[in-house]
Amino acid sequence: MKPTDTSNPDYFHKVVDCQWACPAHTDVPEYIRLIAQGRFSDAYIENRKSNVFPGILGRVCDRPCEPACRRRRVEDTPVAICRLKRVAADHRDDIRDRLPQAASRNNGKRVALIGAGCASLTVANDLRPLGYEITIFEALDATGGLMRSNIPRFRLPPKVLDEEIDYILDMGVDLKLNHRIDSMRELLDEGFDAVFVGTGAPRGKNLEIPGRYDSDNIHIGIEWLESVAFDHIDSIGKNVLIIGVGNTAMDCCRTSLRLGANDVKVMARKPRGFFKASDWELEDAEEENVEILVNHSPKNFLIEKGKLVGMTFELMEYKIDEAGRIDRGTVTGEKVIPCDDVILAIGQDNAFPWIERDIGIEFNEWECPIVDEETMMCGRDGVFFGGDSAFGPKNIIWAVAHGHEAAISIHKYCQNESLQDRLPVGVNLASQKMGMHEWSYSNDYDPAARRLMPHVDLKERFKKLDIEVELGFTIEQTIQEVERCLNCDIQTVFAAKLCIECDACIDICPVNCLTITENGDEADLRARLSAPAENHDQALYVSDDLPHTSRVMVKDEDLCVHCGLCAERCPTGAWDMQKSTVLIPYATDEAADEQLQPAAPAA
Amino acid sequence: MSYIRKPAVSHPKLARNKLGLTARDYEGTVSTLCAGCGHDSVTAAIIRAVFELNIEPHMLAKMSGIGCSSKTPAYFVSQSHGFNSVHGRMPSVTTGASAANRTLTYIGVSGDGDSLSIGVGQFVHAIRRNLNMCYIIENNGVYGLTKGQFSASADIGSKPKKGLPNQQEPIDAVSTALSLGATYIARGFSGDKEQLIPLIQGALMHDGFALVDVISPCVTFNDHEGSTKSYKHTRQFYHHVVDADFVPPAEEIRAAYKEGSAMPIELHDGSKIVLRKIDQNYDPTSRARSFKFLRDHVNAGEITTGLLYINEERKEMHDLMGNIDTPLSEYPLEKLHPGNGELKKILSRYR
Ligand SMILES: Cc1cc2nc3c(=O)[nH]c(=O)nc-3n(C[C@H](O)[C@H](O)[C@H](O)COP(=O)(O)OP(=O)(O)OC[C@H]3O[C@@H](n4cnc5c(N)ncnc54)[C@H](O)[C@@H]3O)c2cc1C
Ligand SMILES: Cc1ncc(C[n+]2csc(CCOP(=O)(O)OP(=O)(O)O)c2C)c(N)n1
Ligand code: SF4
Ligand code: SF4
Ligand code: SF4
Ligand SMILES: [Mg+2]
Repeated sequence: MKPTDTSNPDYFHKVVDCQWACPAHTDVPEYIRLIAQGRFSDAYIENRKSNVFPGILGRVCDRPCEPACRRRRVEDTPVAICRLKRVAADHRDDIRDRLPQAASRNNGKRVALIGAGCASLTVANDLRPLGYEITIFEALDATGGLMRSNIPRFRLPPKVLDEEIDYILDMGVDLKLNHRIDSMRELLDEGFDAVFVGTGAPRGKNLEIPGRYDSDNIHIGIEWLESVAFDHIDSIGKNVLIIGVGNTAMDCCRTSLRLGANDVKVMARKPRGFFKASDWELEDAEEENVEILVNHSPKNFLIEKGKLVGMTFELMEYKIDEAGRIDRGTVTGEKVIPCDDVILAIGQDNAFPWIERDIGIEFNEWECPIVDEETMMCGRDGVFFGGDSAFGPKNIIWAVAHGHEAAISIHKYCQNESLQDRLPVGVNLASQKMGMHEWSYSNDYDPAARRLMPHVDLKERFKKLDIEVELGFTIEQTIQEVERCLNCDIQTVFAAKLCIECDACIDICPVNCLTITENGDEADLRARLSAPAENHDQALYVSDDLPHTSRVMVKDEDLCVHCGLCAERCPTGAWDMQKSTVLIPYATDEAADEQLQPAAPAA
Repeated sequence: MSYIRKPAVSHPKLARNKLGLTARDYEGTVSTLCAGCGHDSVTAAIIRAVFELNIEPHMLAKMSGIGCSSKTPAYFVSQSHGFNSVHGRMPSVTTGASAANRTLTYIGVSGDGDSLSIGVGQFVHAIRRNLNMCYIIENNGVYGLTKGQFSASADIGSKPKKGLPNQQEPIDAVSTALSLGATYIARGFSGDKEQLIPLIQGALMHDGFALVDVISPCVTFNDHEGSTKSYKHTRQFYHHVVDADFVPPAEEIRAAYKEGSAMPIELHDGSKIVLRKIDQNYDPTSRARSFKFLRDHVNAGEITTGLLYINEERKEMHDLMGNIDTPLSEYPLEKLHPGNGELKKILSRYR
């Protein structure tokens, strides 16, 4: 293999598994260390830089970082990254004076944002400091998008939402609530310099089977949740069936329990392991005694005397092949399950009835606009998409990531710069050695198991709709959980010319990451390392030829626990532990200094 | 040395031996030697060797004297027996231990100072008795523990960190052992585990005295320019003569060898050592020719390594003396101590 090119910023970035997996590339290990030091406000600000809504995301983020966490490969459970984010948010001081500030003068450019969800709010957050005038058009009477209308209050309290949304609106945004955009053409005629579409994927999928329109007790999940959120619905029947087993289904079943249902069944077409819902959402629902029935495929609604009395399901059997793929299944029988209400939670579609098809914006067969994945601009210059509206339903953190990219593009577009000519991601490295056996970080491996989130008592929590179930980590739990982080951003950096091939690093490495051997191609090398290197998603770090024997040092990045022992045992400092800081450019970084004049503090 | 212990976390796919143990189970406490010391590498090689041989920790006895090298038994197989003796006296303590219990596997770890300076008399007599043990000398040419004075293995002309070069003839452990009739003689290098591990395995399984002289650089006091025991010098003058592969009992020889280049030797327990001649001029079974070859190469400044001599014929101490197999602690007291009457009977035989 060729020596690894560690000057490519992606190399070390990828070692920080959580940060690499996070769409917004939040610097997780850095904020966890700040929490460990009790610097909650700093940890909050570190989070906010990239993910804008730490308090919200610390509760409800889809957390793609956690399955990616290195700790999951070393033992079973990842670091409770998301829970720790909430700790930073819960314990922060008043940080308002550390937030981005609007520029003192507007730059004369007007940008329209459609929808007041997290995607649009991120764009506003990034562009107000550059002096852009922002107008947000929102169809509903409230900001927040699905975060407010669909994510139930027992998971995300309105106070948390309001606080973090106000941080942005307080920079001075022209917010037009109850203002649905019905025609894109008309809006474009209003002469905005750029338009951002952050309208989400607003249409809940329907289930066209017999009886669907014969009762008022069959609801579409996201519409029903919205009605509950805005107090238009405050009760439901005793026996409720939820169709589908994604995250929306989890919110529907748990909400039903709080509106008077006492028997809630989630009906899954496929077996466990093929559910769309995240494990933790499933766990939380099952803790509330929601029953999940697998291999039930809906056939028809049963209506008696105009009243919904149940549903017929086909009982399914599936074959799963060696690669874990499931077939279409065969029907083995039928079953009737009685119920009073049914909630359909089988997915969402994009819908843009209000965008004319002859104004240069193209759509694919799923009604998704054709959008450039890097610039977020569509076929019509000056119109940008982000969040669920761009590529179909995802989650909050993706919407935020899109918002950041779109903000850079909007800025470049308005300044007549090339949208492709963006600042590259960079990486800084700094040695963390403090003394002979002293590192700037807590390098010892802590074998503690993941801490469990304390919940409000099962009886207590159903008394009101808005009792937040998760209590947040205690200080004791926080102290233990922060130590589980492996500090993956403290990189092992190798200088081949210093190595005397004494083997000390190889012998001490607790997880057998290191090997000195003859070079070879990757497949060959992987088979000759100190321990099996079977995870091809993780890189091999291959050195230049070593001075004494022309062999190479090979590190399998897969399981390194960043304990620093290799560097500590190295007599020549050939290994060093260096902190990598990934430099993600934002709109403010793209802007010239004079575009960034913060408002003078109020006298 | 390190302030944190080597974490207990390990690679989830670590190999297990026939006892169900991983190599990590054969570790000891964390080393307090200088970072980069060759001795730590030898420790790692011992761990691998013992792990692969499926030795039960409680059937191993680790013996040592004084020195950095002699400290290392603390760093491997924590759950075995051990004795850290007086400087240079490890061989006699091992002799006594072995006399009392020959069922244990004895591994002695010593230094060039411990074995060739203060302890040379003991070393010589252990060979003479053909004591059944694996005797490792971690050879760095200096007294590491007392801050780097030359030992008896220092080469003429080797430069110290400060002061004048060594003027005295070195004692070469390998030729000394050969001249005394040792039955298994090997030399390795801490920086070449691939060669070293099978050498240690053969030594552990050999019946009789097995010497493994390991060049094991002292990074702190003898790894500079002008030292003949540095990593760099050793690599430069390193000469593989006969490499060995160890094949456990009842296992087929699986590696493919070139016609005529491999020579299997069966050990008493049915395991095999396959000798691979790297230097065709060498014959590891002839004492006389080996002696000359080694002397010539030492004089030429070369470091000859590999399994340099082996003789499976000579009996080890216990067999020579017709001793019983049972450990004395398990032997019934009335037999072990037959009483005054019996003693008188025996003595009367010699009157
Ligand atoms: C039940 C449910 C639970 C979820 N739970 C989570 C979770 O726990 N974690 C997570 O990360 N994600 C979750 N999601 C997904 C997440 O909410 C979305 O991915 C995210 O909100 C998308 O943000 P957005 O800004 O793109 O759009 P949205 O949040 O959908 O906001 C779009 C806004 O645009 C407005 N709008 C739409 N059309 C117009 C128009 N023509 N004119 C003016 N305004 C308009 C809408 O009223 C809305 O306010 C959940 C989704 C659902 C349905
Ligand atoms: C009877 C006695 N004399 C002298 C010493 C001092 N002493 C301690 S270690 C040592 C030399 C050890 O050298 P070596 O065996 O080569 O071990 P190394 O430290 O080099 O591995 C000496 C002379 C001692 N401990 N006991
Ligand atoms: S930091 Fe070094 S010693 Fe520790 S696990 Fe990683 S490679 Fe191994
Ligand atoms: S400890 Fe340092 S000098 Fe020794 S092999 Fe490792 S990198 Fe090379
Ligand atoms: S002094 Fe020398 S022999 Fe002792 S631990 Fe340090 S490097 Fe090893
Ligand atoms: Mg020595």
